Amino acid sequence: MSQSHRIAGGQIDRSTTLRFSFDGASYAGHPGDTLASALLANGVRLMGRSFKYHRPRGPLSAGSEEPNALVHLRSGARQEPNTRATVAELFDGLTATSQNAWPSLRFDAMAINDRLSSFFTAGFYYKTFMWPAAFWEKVYEPIIRRAAGLGALTREDDPDSYDKAFAHCDLLVIGAGPAGLMAALTAGRAGVRVILADEDFRMGGRLNAEVLTIGGQAGGDWAAGVVAELASLPNVRLMARTTVVGAFDAGIYAAVERVSDHLPVPLPGKPRQTLWRIYSKRAIVAAGATERPIAFENNDRPGIMLAGALRAYANRWGVAVGDRVAIFTNNDDGLRSAADLTAKGVQVVAVIDSRTDGPLLPGIRHLRGAQVIDSTGRLGLSGITVRLATGQTETIACTALGVSGGWNPNINIHSHHRARPEWRADIAAFVPGQGGPAGLIAAGAAAGHLSTYGALAGGHVQALAVLESLGITATAGDLPKAEDAPLNLSPLWHVPHGKGRAWIDQQNDVTVKDVKLAQQENFTSVEHLKRYTTLGMATDQGKTGNVIGIAVMAELTGRAIPETGTTIYRPPYTPVAMGALAGRSRGKEFKPFRLTPSHKWASEQGAIFVEVGNWLRTQWVPKPGETTWRESVDREVLATRRSVGICDVTTLGKIDIQGTDAAAFLDKVYCNTFSTLAVGKCRYGLMLREDGMVFDDGTTARLAEHEYVMTTTTANAVTVFRHLEYCRQVLWPDMDVQIISTTEAWAQYSVAGPNARKLLEKVVDQDISDAAFPYMGAGSVTLGGLRGRLFRISFSGELAYEVAVPARYGDALMRRLMAAGAEFDAVVYGTEALGVMRIEKGHVAGGELNGQSSALNMGLGKMVSKKKDSIGMVLSQREGMTRADGYRLVGVKPADPKGVLQAGSHFLEVGAPVELASDGGWLTSKVYSPHLGCDIALGYLKAGDQKIGRRMRAVNFLTGTDTLVDIVSPHFFDPDGERFRG
Amino acid sequence: MIIPHPILGPRDAQEFVYLGDASLIDRPDGMTAGIEVFHDYLYNRDNPAGLHRELWYHEQGDRSWLVVTRDTVTHEIVSAELARDVARARGRSK
Repeated sequence: MSQSHRIAGGQIDRSTTLRFSFDGASYAGHPGDTLASALLANGVRLMGRSFKYHRPRGPLSAGSEEPNALVHLRSGARQEPNTRATVAELFDGLTATSQNAWPSLRFDAMAINDRLSSFFTAGFYYKTFMWPAAFWEKVYEPIIRRAAGLGALTREDDPDSYDKAFAHCDLLVIGAGPAGLMAALTAGRAGVRVILADEDFRMGGRLNAEVLTIGGQAGGDWAAGVVAELASLPNVRLMARTTVVGAFDAGIYAAVERVSDHLPVPLPGKPRQTLWRIYSKRAIVAAGATERPIAFENNDRPGIMLAGALRAYANRWGVAVGDRVAIFTNNDDGLRSAADLTAKGVQVVAVIDSRTDGPLLPGIRHLRGAQVIDSTGRLGLSGITVRLATGQTETIACTALGVSGGWNPNINIHSHHRARPEWRADIAAFVPGQGGPAGLIAAGAAAGHLSTYGALAGGHVQALAVLESLGITATAGDLPKAEDAPLNLSPLWHVPHGKGRAWIDQQNDVTVKDVKLAQQENFTSVEHLKRYTTLGMATDQGKTGNVIGIAVMAELTGRAIPETGTTIYRPPYTPVAMGALAGRSRGKEFKPFRLTPSHKWASEQGAIFVEVGNWLRTQWVPKPGETTWRESVDREVLATRRSVGICDVTTLGKIDIQGTDAAAFLDKVYCNTFSTLAVGKCRYGLMLREDGMVFDDGTTARLAEHEYVMTTTTANAVTVFRHLEYCRQVLWPDMDVQIISTTEAWAQYSVAGPNARKLLEKVVDQDISDAAFPYMGAGSVTLGGLRGRLFRISFSGELAYEVAVPARYGDALMRRLMAAGAEFDAVVYGTEALGVMRIEKGHVAGGELNGQSSALNMGLGKMVSKKKDSIGMVLSQREGMTRADGYRLVGVKPADPKGVLQAGSHFLEVGAPVELASDGGWLTSKVYSPHLGCDIALGYLKAGDQKIGRRMRAVNFLTGTDTLVDIVSPHFFDPDGERFRG
Repeated sequence: MIIPHPILGPRDAQEFVYLGDASLIDRPDGMTAGIEVFHDYLYNRDNPAGLHRELWYHEQGDRSWLVVTRDTVTHEIVSAELARDVARARGRSK
């Protein structure tokens, strides 16, 4: 098909032809076209099917407010659903397909919904799918979702990248129409830093769609001239294709720049879109106004659109939407569409003017006091029925109808902080009210000044006000001449006639009838109206429909519109792709990850890694021939307990604490005492929250009188440090204590097993015999002259040390330890083996340190010193936390050694009914112990300390298991601690 | 949201971690105050619609704890002080 509907003029480059396809058919267009303008130029009006009734639909608008013309843009992995054809910039090779239609757009089987529409009124789902409740999720909702819907996801990874960026300015101007351009020009010439953002690819706003002149120039040319001057100013940044989507606190705005959406694929190194965070001192929202339709029966056929859109397609894109055009208006702006189209040589068959006193257009059939009451045409408009002022009806054949019910100022951004708009009767529209985002002011049509001169003046005046508030004096300039005509609007929201459906919200298929039903059922508040009918809840947020919906409700309830309610909007102004919100944070870059200094060495050994906090830790290291993880873990445990094993513990938090009050400080933050710790020794410490629950644990060593080094769990390293700063600055501000995190500064390795000392004696320069370096000893050492630290602490229950060196020597130390350990068959062990050995010893870790457990629960109640004040000490003594039948840490073994335990199982007495009242506690951590040859576990059991030796059941509903278990001491292995003291 | 750091000037709120009501500064002495007093200190808060003094931690910055006075209705930030100075002024020491 050739561009049969293309007419002269427009801001398109006819010297270049772009090929594109829609639903498989091939078309031609030009640079400067949108997908909608190019399809209309090719005579294609039908672009989609409606959400609920699958009604044939074409574009209602020529901008971002579009409710109907939503398509899948592109194909394959780049396919994007719900793209508005009215703003999709045409490029060569563009492919688009219709959505929500099967088997085809022209014949859609689901259009049966339209025949059944009397069933699908507002509240249909609420009333129909109430019973049985279980059916909702499994049966009703999937069916409804399939039938009612928007576009489909490809479920393929998006091949493009998205960026986030930051910008700062004195003044952000949102929208580059006459008001925005004038504001940017005024502020730009005064030298302040200006950002001018506009969602369109061509700045100028409505000026590009009009034939109006400014200072004797065509409006579009004037706009181009201003843009050129702004581009020459170093203090002005122009951001086209950039939609400001939200206002946030302190002058921060979010904006989406469509960097590459107008290209087949992004240029190398360029993102598809960029999410901007713009920090502004002031902002002017000059987002213009959106035309609204008038509801009448069957007012949703392809070919019926907003009158301003009809003339925009003619003026900007050189497209006559139909060969016979009619206009239905209640204001003078609608007449402008008729005049422009006539001037373009398009046949205007009638102007249906609901007013009786509108100015007459020469040479056009002008039906004053008339209303359009119905339309015909199955897949596109073929005619309208008009009720004349005399009361007679007349049928008029036409293929396009422009409707103008007035213009709604774009109050969206202004209302993002819940500022209520105000009603202005003269234009029958809401305008920005008091209390918008601080520093933001509306100008031009967005403020209700709908004439071109009003926009220019508003932009200029508001920019001067901004400059003055920034302490810059600028004098008012002469404004160019421009039209300044009033709208002369006589409100008409819907045409009362017959029993048919008149659409208010075309995207969500909400009709006047639905509003009536809501009113009958007493959902008369606008918030109820919205939720009951889904008015304004679609992706267009009801930009064209909300005010009509409120007006109809006002009429039904006999109230004034502002009494009935207002409409406000939430961010985002237009839909934002998830990719843009995610930016670079996807896949492996979803969050930062940290590697220990010997990570490369571990990789060389074939280690399997696990995420612990942000760290990657060695989980286990499989050897050739090992086919399951359990084989590897069992071997690591047995080899460590038999001879020696090495584990990377660098990830544990390390905090250096110094100062004359360091000891007193530790006594405050730990529930046990550290001021009595001898220099050169370390001690296990338990840290509580103020509510008495255990926060964290670790060992802390006293390196000198006023110097300690604390270790924290890997997971809590950051929060413990934050807590210590809080205690130091907020609670005890005069304590002489300084802290710094040294987690990254030291690489640290645990060397554990009967041969640990023999191995370390080959590496450490000093005497580390039991006499010279006893259990819980700590201090500085050298390793071949390299400074290091040594701690004789044991998590595994073996004779064990932790040795630390500056991080950059971590890899070398790991290799040295493994070489020195070769004669002892030293193994490296990971977090799984570590977990086995700590449970064999009954040490608490993640599953037990769950934020809901006290020291008493863990069997560590005696650690809480009452002789001093410490965080959490008082509240740990609360009645509910000290009860004798509270949870206590116990060990668990299956009654049958072959039995399998599962973490999360609940303890019940044998014979007790399986119900909540019988619940005795739960199993927190479970491993297979190669020493005991069976599963072992830890758990919290009510009065567990009095139930050692009892046989119980471990019941797990998730896995449907019910296992007989024996409650035992949590110290499964070497309960007297002979090994680690060795 | 922008927090006017008393030392570093205006900083984005994303650099901070929020804790809560600045009344946490007035921690009772555990050796003299009982469970009731601590319970009141830890759990009972005013919930004003309006000015609220609250603790923020500049974690991705200089590690200062701040007392920020914020209007909970408008998010306007009236002032930001070093929590240490506030704590000392309220009589806290060691």
